[in-house]
Amino acid sequence: MKKWLPGIIVGVFALWNLSALRLPRDKEGAWAVQEFGKLPVVANGRFQPVDSLARNSLAQIREKQTANLEPWKKWNESPRIISATEWLMGVTMSPKQADEQPVFRIDHPEVRSLLRLPEADPQKHQDGKHYSWTQIWPAHEELEKQGDRISQIEPAHRTPFEQAVMKLQSRLFLYMRLKNTMFPENWEDIPKELAAYLKSIEPGVAAFRAQDAEKDYDRKAYDEFAAYVTRFEAMSRMMTPLLVPPHHPERSRDEWMRTGEALIEIIHGHKLHDAVNTYAGMANAFRQGRVVDFNKAVGDYRAALALNFVPELTKAKREHFFNHLETFYKSLVLYVLAFLLACASWFNLSDWLRRAAGGLIILAFVVHTAGLSFRMFLEGRPPVTNLYSSAIFIGWGAVVLGMILERFYRDGIGSVVASSVGFITLIIAHNLSLGGDTMEMMRAVLDTNFWLATHVVVITLGYSSTFVAGFLAIIYLLRGVFTRTLSEAIGKALARMVYGIICFATLFSFVGTVLGGIWADQSWGRFWGWDPKENGALIIVLWNALILHARWGGMVKERGLMNLAVVGNIVTSWSWFGVNMLGIGLHSYGFTDAAFRWLMLFIGSQLLLIALGLSPQHLWLSFRERAASGAASARPTGGPGKAAPATT
Amino acid sequence: MQPNKLTQVLTSLRLTVVCLALGLVLVFLGTLAQVNEGLYAAQNRWFRTFFIWWGPQGAQWTIPVFPGGYLVGTVLVVNLVLAHLNRFQLTWKKLGIHVTHVGIILLLLGQLATDLLSRETQMSFAEGESRNYSSSSLNSELVFVTDSENPNEEEVVAIPQVLLASRHELKHEKLPFTIHVRHYYPNSDVRQRAPMIETNPPPASAGIGPKVTLLPLRETKKTDERNLPSVVFELMGPQGSMGTWLGHAKLDDQVVAAHNRTWRLALRFERQYHPFSVQLLKTTHEVYRGTANPAINEPGIPKNFQSRVRIENAQRRESREVDIYMNNPLRYEGLTFYQYQMGRDELDRNRGTSVLQVVRNPSWLTPYVGCVLVGGGLLIQFMMHLVGFIKKRRIA
Repeated sequence: MKKWLPGIIVGVFALWNLSALRLPRDKEGAWAVQEFGKLPVVANGRFQPVDSLARNSLAQIREKQTANLEPWKKWNESPRIISATEWLMGVTMSPKQADEQPVFRIDHPEVRSLLRLPEADPQKHQDGKHYSWTQIWPAHEELEKQGDRISQIEPAHRTPFEQAVMKLQSRLFLYMRLKNTMFPENWEDIPKELAAYLKSIEPGVAAFRAQDAEKDYDRKAYDEFAAYVTRFEAMSRMMTPLLVPPHHPERSRDEWMRTGEALIEIIHGHKLHDAVNTYAGMANAFRQGRVVDFNKAVGDYRAALALNFVPELTKAKREHFFNHLETFYKSLVLYVLAFLLACASWFNLSDWLRRAAGGLIILAFVVHTAGLSFRMFLEGRPPVTNLYSSAIFIGWGAVVLGMILERFYRDGIGSVVASSVGFITLIIAHNLSLGGDTMEMMRAVLDTNFWLATHVVVITLGYSSTFVAGFLAIIYLLRGVFTRTLSEAIGKALARMVYGIICFATLFSFVGTVLGGIWADQSWGRFWGWDPKENGALIIVLWNALILHARWGGMVKERGLMNLAVVGNIVTSWSWFGVNMLGIGLHSYGFTDAAFRWLMLFIGSQLLLIALGLSPQHLWLSFRERAASGAASARPTGGPGKAAPATT
Repeated sequence: MQPNKLTQVLTSLRLTVVCLALGLVLVFLGTLAQVNEGLYAAQNRWFRTFFIWWGPQGAQWTIPVFPGGYLVGTVLVVNLVLAHLNRFQLTWKKLGIHVTHVGIILLLLGQLATDLLSRETQMSFAEGESRNYSSSSLNSELVFVTDSENPNEEEVVAIPQVLLASRHELKHEKLPFTIHVRHYYPNSDVRQRAPMIETNPPPASAGIGPKVTLLPLRETKKTDERNLPSVVFELMGPQGSMGTWLGHAKLDDQVVAAHNRTWRLALRFERQYHPFSVQLLKTTHEVYRGTANPAINEPGIPKNFQSRVRIENAQRRESREVDIYMNNPLRYEGLTFYQYQMGRDELDRNRGTSVLQVVRNPSWLTPYVGCVLVGGGLLIQFMMHLVGFIKKRRIA
């Protein structure tokens, strides 16, 4: 049985992953959520499916990619949860109804009391954390007043309350933008309003001309027309996503429009854009609950796009599928399982647990790699383009190294490192993704695949390997102090692993840093400018070089090497996140305030570990064990190859 | 200390480790310092110096408290070179280490050369304009320009800003007057004077002085802003005072007459003249679709900045057009031109403006070579370790 167990476990989880490959379909007679989610729009400067817009918006507003409409219920009372696209359908096509949904997450108690929001009370359908637009809106003036004051303060100097106010404000603004993406939010009857607007154009324009020429003009026609135009212009000013495809894709595929712009251009002699008409039909059917008509409108629109916009449709469809796969979430789950199994293998010394962990890591790695490659394919870019993807790639690199170590040593250590770094970096990536679109377009200076593929990839591998060395050292310290499992052989093996990994960390971080300098020389005219991010990279190089020289000079032995490697974690995390938080320099692209707390926690934990590493040997359980058994009998020490779970 | 002992210390790995540690602390502190001191000042205080100096606030004295970048770098190079001379063995086993260290020495020396020799200036112009000089973005100079005997040339007397800031009286043999500096402001702005409202005396009595108001500002430390200094000075001729004058980068040239000659005076950024001229033909500034909105001051996500320029070089009888854009600088006559900033002409919004960063750096190639050497050296060394390790495991 135990022989087959690892295979069975891995097989079950492989099936779970394979099941996701089935294309998501809408059920017969239900709203065509999937089909609607696949429609292409332009948002954040790029083509994306409605589904991505919905997920990224909801992630910003609610910090989740799904909307729980009954958050006051416990998970076992099966609250009603809808997908991001379904939520967005409501927001864009039936805003009144969407305004009642408790999707705004407000964590800060003082913000809640500022807005006089109700406390948690399941009886009154309140969970004390999620509120609806209708609940927040009555206090919007107070919020704006605070916002005006806070916007004068530099982000780095804002208190947590002030940060929370600004966050809520930007969430409300995003929501307002979405409500006005298709049609003005106050249009009760869309086809009627649309017809009324079209009818108002001719008399309205005539009235405008007359007024311009200081003649008598039709006041009513003037006002009615002007009200529409003002509304449309306001929609465009809100920077709503671009829904309407260009008239002449053969001339430029890029000229997508906002509905507001498409409605205004009618004044200049264009005819009503078919897409606007179709969206009007869609929204109307949605409001009136006519599922069949809505689904048909979506189908018709897709068919119309299929004539001239095949690349955009395909791109949207692919990204929709990518979102649906949720590869990084799935690999995260697998890493957690593998981590638990691998740790357990050290304690009850059973090899099947270790093999199962190894198998799960390989599976997780396959899924992780698939996600990474799919992302690269969608973006047409090398793997790392922003802070989010750097987290994903650091994890990926660490897993590769961990798997190699496991392959050589077969003692579960490589697996623990691979799964823990994989898991932690994917958690970090998940939290970064709450900031919004993770596939944003590259700013001009970054718009070079050559440097992204060389400098960024190499330096990120440098981060990966430094972290792997640091995590190996953590294993040494924890197992040494708290367990009796760190035998002399395992200790030696770990020291060899740490040393080998640091060699490569030095290579990667050095070459990556210098390549970065050369890129800077190409784009800013100087090789080295003491920019914070450059300095951060340099510190990693210096630190790794220091470890190597200290070891070569015999200044540190096994334990010293481990302590230095843990410092490597601090140095790397500071370079990865800390320098961005200084809020200065050319690279400060990823300021996140919540991240600061976590960084401090991480650094604190590493300092504790170092303190542990410096503690006298007689406090280490493993050293006591060694001394005791050493006194009892002189045992043969196994070579590194036989260093499988502490069986000596 | 005995020479032997000294060599021992200077060639020791312990010294290497100490230097690396000091370097690390230095880089860390120097980075944090940028928040308050600004990039440029922090660089000079922490890296381009042999010591970090410190004194209590308000005190007149400072003491060195920490080795600066130059000191750590120098010791590191000395340590490296001596260690190699002392223990050099030409064996294949050590090849990687030698190559790596030669690369590092090259990088450090190259950086030192860059620090000492490179010059950064800027060339800013609007579409259609042509420039045969570029200007410093940091240092200003007070210039007096007059016609020379050769009709194609001008005589220029330039007084650097350092002198304006530190001296009270300045003389030059070519100038028929002496300059008495009354005020010097490291950063300031000027605007037109509102004669009815403003009752305080104007900054200067001659030239444009009575018509403007001078607003001294705090020195900025941000990398994306620059200081505009101003100077108020009195010119003293043989017959006595010729009035007080105001110099500021935003003001046009002012004319002063003395000894039957006229002089144009201006405080302007230091200029570096080139034996060729560059004309800005067209600027392209693209943003991603739907991300910009001038109505709410949203600049959008930049997609491309590009300047098309024409180079005219009479000496080489060269005239050609070329594009300069992000990550694609122009290297010409020992200078490198980078796309730096882009904007619109303040008076004519349809006319694009562009600022090119112009860098002369004779040692620009060293990092490229250094990178290859160090990367290759480390790779050789670690691969030898790895192969040895795997072989050993195979046998075991």
